[in-house]
Amino acid sequence: MRSIVILLAMALLCIGCGRSQPSALGGSGGSATNTSGTPGQNPAPDDTGDWVRPAKDYASTRFSALDQITADSVKQLGVKGTFSTGFVRGHEAAPLVVNNTMYIVTPFPNVVYALDLTQPGAPVKWSYDPKPLAAAQGVACCDVVNRGMAYSNGAVFFNTLDGRTIALEAATGKEKWVATLADINKGETITMAPLVVKDKVLVGNSGGELGVRGWLTAVDANSGNIAWRAYHTGPDNDVLIGPRFKPFYKSDQGRDLGIHSWPGEAWKNGGAGAWGWISYDPALNLIYYGTSNPGPWNSEQRPGDNKWSTGLFARDADTGQAVWFYQFSPHDLWDYDGINEQILVDLPINGAMRKVLLRPERNGYLYVIDRTTGEVLSADPFVHITSTKGIDLNTGRPIENESLKPTMGTVVRDVCPAAPGGKDWQPSAYSPQTGFLYIPANNLCMDFEAVEANYIAGTPFVGANVRMYAGPGGNRGEFIAWDPVGRKKVWSIKESFPVWSGVVVTAGGVAFYGTMDGWFKAVNARTGEPLWRFKTGSGIISQPITYRGPDGKQYVAVLSGVGGWSGAIVAGELDARDATAALGFVNAMTDLPKASTKGGTLYIFGLP
Amino acid sequence: MSIAIATLLASVLTAAAFAASVGGSALRVCSDPNNLPFSNTQREGFENRIADLLAHDLGATVKYTWWAQRRGFLRNTLEAGLCDVVIGYPSHADSVLTTAPYYRSTYVFVTRHASNLRIRSFDEPALRTMRIGVQLVGDDGANSPPAHALSRRGIIGNLVGYTVYGDYRTNSPPSSIIAAVARGDVDVAAVWGPLAGYFAARQSVALDLAPVRPQQDGPLPQAFDISMAVRKSDRARLDRLNAFLVQHRRDVDAILARYHVPRVDR
Repeated sequence: MRSIVILLAMALLCIGCGRSQPSALGGSGGSATNTSGTPGQNPAPDDTGDWVRPAKDYASTRFSALDQITADSVKQLGVKGTFSTGFVRGHEAAPLVVNNTMYIVTPFPNVVYALDLTQPGAPVKWSYDPKPLAAAQGVACCDVVNRGMAYSNGAVFFNTLDGRTIALEAATGKEKWVATLADINKGETITMAPLVVKDKVLVGNSGGELGVRGWLTAVDANSGNIAWRAYHTGPDNDVLIGPRFKPFYKSDQGRDLGIHSWPGEAWKNGGAGAWGWISYDPALNLIYYGTSNPGPWNSEQRPGDNKWSTGLFARDADTGQAVWFYQFSPHDLWDYDGINEQILVDLPINGAMRKVLLRPERNGYLYVIDRTTGEVLSADPFVHITSTKGIDLNTGRPIENESLKPTMGTVVRDVCPAAPGGKDWQPSAYSPQTGFLYIPANNLCMDFEAVEANYIAGTPFVGANVRMYAGPGGNRGEFIAWDPVGRKKVWSIKESFPVWSGVVVTAGGVAFYGTMDGWFKAVNARTGEPLWRFKTGSGIISQPITYRGPDGKQYVAVLSGVGGWSGAIVAGELDARDATAALGFVNAMTDLPKASTKGGTLYIFGLP
Repeated sequence: MSIAIATLLASVLTAAAFAASVGGSALRVCSDPNNLPFSNTQREGFENRIADLLAHDLGATVKYTWWAQRRGFLRNTLEAGLCDVVIGYPSHADSVLTTAPYYRSTYVFVTRHASNLRIRSFDEPALRTMRIGVQLVGDDGANSPPAHALSRRGIIGNLVGYTVYGDYRTNSPPSSIIAAVARGDVDVAAVWGPLAGYFAARQSVALDLAPVRPQQDGPLPQAFDISMAVRKSDRARLDRLNAFLVQHRRDVDAILARYHVPRVDR
């Protein structure tokens, strides 16, 4: 099975490799087949040094086999190149590097730049402006972000805020096709990075707050035609639930739960989008991804589990047919979207090797889940949690803290984690060398008023009454190294602001991440010892990468440009006196404007 | 002589500064492009009419910044400095300065006249079995007060949600809930007054409107004051708008009456 996949991948790749280096493409194929590396085994032994998708490999490890930059040499790291994107909203994307070209997609208006790494100063080779509809900005919930692109078979793929997926020729920037998947008129936007699996581009929608019906769509990579669409509410047929569907837990078993776990017809605009990360296991031929919070009904108005919101689907990569589902937060009370990344690794659990996925979840638990069955093997808090009292491994369900149940008109205090969760979308990394997961985490709690009783239809949106603040310790963020086998925190670094950037970890034994006040940091992957840091022009909320340049040297790149939900106070110039702005996040971030101004810039770092 | 010139110059400068601060040749209004009866780009809404009246009073012309009234509306318009006045805004809001209220309306029950249902109160037993349309806003506890009043009474499974954002391709997307009553998709709907008044008058069947009761349902108000809004730093403009509203109370009331806006007393 695996070798077939490799052959197929190579065959597809070579259709478009007339002028390009096949080695770079081999990198994507090679890493794709190594999702199941045991700890200590390199998941990407033939790493060409390219970076073809935000999560590096299909297993989403964000681990690079490059090892020129080590715990010793990292201290000599210096700026080798910069590039202003020309935009000032939150920059969340990962750059890509393929065939000595770097690709960047900006936040709205989602301009794509190709930079020529072979030339001094990495000049722009081509750029592409998709000219998204301005009205899309009024539909996006939190900031007008974009989380990155994907490269496959001579093309780059990305999504626009106004609901399109676009394929460009990687060499020229020429448009191959444009597929309109989401409709901003219905409140749908697209902010996620697509994942390309074989000949399909996988894309999900955002907009749970606006009463959309969530979905994941597979688009044919060659034609742009929709191959299949799986909805996340409604009848089994629409959800692509059929004979293969074998969820592990009872509460996910039964006919048409996407209807019956909602009152009346509430499922029709029940939210449950897919705006986060997708992983792929070529051996099992399964894709894994999570669904967002249910909406737009208040929790009291949607009794039931609200399937298939805030959960994790395993689906057949070719047909989209569901294979299993696990719900992190049935009947979500706290806006705990289930869209975070899942890292596919094989680990010894109770003496036996298991194919698992690691999921640092918004509700604050680090889940180790058997990725063949959906069974939760362990779920341990990686941040301070008050909203639940643990995960019942017999039922798979969280044990709710009854004293914190929101009831109408009352303010519930000290709900931890706050709505952005123990961590939000910002992706962690896994090193097979250390066996640790590196988690960029939040330490935030909130006061939550269950009812925004004052809403007046037809007048401007007045946000719900949510106030967020730092959790125990007073730091709002933490960078955590977690041992998923030992089920414990190994070390951590407290950060003043939420750590809203992704992570990259390398065979050189170094982990990189950024902070919202603009520091780009390198730490020892084994010990957490700070090794090096550089102050970029704006806060960092994007995903760092590392790659091999045309000169054979290892480089590290990151986009600086604060914004996003957490950084909206800077990027959106919100009034710091309005504590409930940006859904309450502003209250926790009043000092951010002093710590970081806005502006998007790419930084490339290298050794002398 | 020199004193006279200085005084003259000062008064010219003051007038210019005032004109600039209040709008001068342009009254810059933040508004939704597709939200009748409040506003639209054809300037057919009652907020467009009130803006015209205000502009006339200031000797200015109206210049719109159009933005859908969703999350981020204020952030991207008023607070971004692209425009200076929001014509209709909840008076209790604390992120902006609001004028004295210039009208107060209420959520109303909308039924087909021919159905003779006479729904007046959330406590009506018949509501337990009817199909009830409610306006939906967003998650995180933000929904319309009638939806909360009904769920407080355990009336949940027979609610049908109509998002206030609706399908933005259609004219005035929030009006779909009124059309649903007229068509018989729902037996009754609880709708914000200005929207209900305007669209009820435009259906092919006769619709009845009645203010929901109780008007204060436990912690939940069902009637609200509406004001104009400016940036928090814009005290001078606020004073000018308040003066306008006092001076033109009758004219503004007449506009609201023409649009069938149900108004209630405090």
